[in-house]
Order: sequence, then structure tokens, then C-alpha cells
Amino acid sequence: MLLPPTEFTPWASLFGGILIGLSAVMVMALFGRIAGIAGISRSALGMSGAGDRSWRIAFVAGLVAAPVLVSLVDPGAIAQSVPSSLPLMIGAGLLVGVGTALGSGCTSGHGVCGLARLSARSLAAVTTFVGFAMLTVFLIRHVFGG
Amino acid sequence: MRPLLGLLCGLVFGIGLVVAGMSDPAKVLNFLDVSGVWDPSLAFVMGGAIVTAFVGYRWAWRRTAPAMMDRFDVPSSSAIDRPLLVGAALFGMGWGIGGFCPGPAWTALPLLAPGTLAFLPAMLAGLWLGGRLQALPAFQPKGEPT
Repeated sequence: MLLPPTEFTPWASLFGGILIGLSAVMVMALFGRIAGIAGISRSALGMSGAGDRSWRIAFVAGLVAAPVLVSLVDPGAIAQSVPSSLPLMIGAGLLVGVGTALGSGCTSGHGVCGLARLSARSLAAVTTFVGFAMLTVFLIRHVFGG
Repeated sequence: MRPLLGLLCGLVFGIGLVVAGMSDPAKVLNFLDVSGVWDPSLAFVMGGAIVTAFVGYRWAWRRTAPAMMDRFDVPSSSAIDRPLLVGAALFGMGWGIGGFCPGPAWTALPLLAPGTLAFLPAMLAGLWLGGRLQALPAFQPKGEPT
């Protein structure tokens, strides 16, 4: 999986992060819930009995519509290199789905919302998934020479 | 009203991801590649999001209830248990292979990269499967009747 190097973008990434945090605050102020995308996806698709599905389905629609809106304003804004091995991407998708459902959260649920709530449980989850992700990338890129 | 507000929250979240560069798996994998072509941008995304949510949550919680619901419903568990750690480890491996966590996988969908089209359905299947695994005896809290 040879993906290109990427440019360090501190300001754009900080600004994007603030928007993500703002969305998390909106979800809390409006719906009283954590903005965890794994959990929102499960509820939107009827996989868990967590109350009102309508706002969650609309939230996912907003996620999907966002890059379309951004590209209308700035067609060059979206650069993307997705790993091309389909078997690996299917395996990766299964691991991400199973892992976030079993561990009750992903980068947004544990990472953003959990750490903002100063949850020790979320800190343990974040440390574990970032650690395993870094180890996985190290093995793929530097040991097996992907 | 709820679906409209849900859509708005999802749009803000998704625009944040795109502006931050996080809908590009190469950027995420390069963050995880500390000993290689390291791109620290993701740390700025998390920093901006967490600080915004930390401040905003405390503002939101000053009210007795969220605007659209009867009460706040935030996770109450503080257990650092087997499902949390096993789930986070599996998620980390998948994140390190594909460069997608759940939010960016949705946001990448309209760009229709083959890797995304392989990853997303597998992730949704995994979300369903992970919910099933949570019910297994091995993942039940210790000392409680199953």
C-alpha cells in the first residue's frame, strides 16, 4: 500500500477539529447525546434500540453530503488516496466495525466526546486503539515493507 | 425539526472532517506512521475538537435538559473491561490497515473510491456483528448473572 506523503496542515486541521467539536456540542445541547459516529451509525441502521432514529439518519446523511458541499465551494479541497487492496479494505472495515461496536466507541465517541468528558474509560480506549493502529502501520510499512 | 437539526449537526461534523483533511486515509496513516513520513495534523484535529467540546459541554450542561429531548443521556459506565480493550485493539488494527474510522468512511462515500466502497459495507456488517459479540459470555461483566 504505497500512499503518498501528506503535507502538515496545522491551521486547516485545527479549524476542522473545532468544527467537529462544535458539532459534538450541538448534538449534546440539542439531543443530549454523545456524537459518536459508530453509535450513531448503529442506531441509524436500527442495530440498537437507542431511541429516536430520525435525527441519526439525518446526521449520517449530513456526513455524506458534506464533501459535496465543500467541493461546490472549493473544487480542489478534497484530495484523497484510499488504499486500493479490496480484500485488505474489507478486512479493515470488518475490524473497525466489530471493534467500535464491541468497545462502545470510535475516534469521535471515545476520542473527542469521551476525552472532553474526562472519562478514564475513554482514555483507556483511545490509548489502546491509537497504540494498536501505530503498531499495525509500523508492521505493514517498516517490517513487511508494504 | 429533529431531522433538520440532525442533518445540520452531521453537515458541520462532515465539513470539519473534510477541512481537517481527515477524509484522506493517507493523512491518517501518515499520522500513525511516527517512524516514517509522519504528518502530525491529526493531533491538531483532536486538540481543536476536544478543547471545543470540553468548553461547550459545560455550557450545554448548565440547562436541565437538551433542547429537543427530555433529558441528557450520556454514557455512565466507567469500567475498563474486556469488551472495551478487545474492541479498541481490533478497531486500532483496522484503522491502521485502512486509514478509515467510522466518520471519515461516511464522508469519503460520495468520492466513490473502490477502497471506500469495499470498506464501508464491511464496516456496517462489523458494527452489527460487534453488537452480537457483546452478548457473548466472555464479554459479560464479571460476577453478574448472564
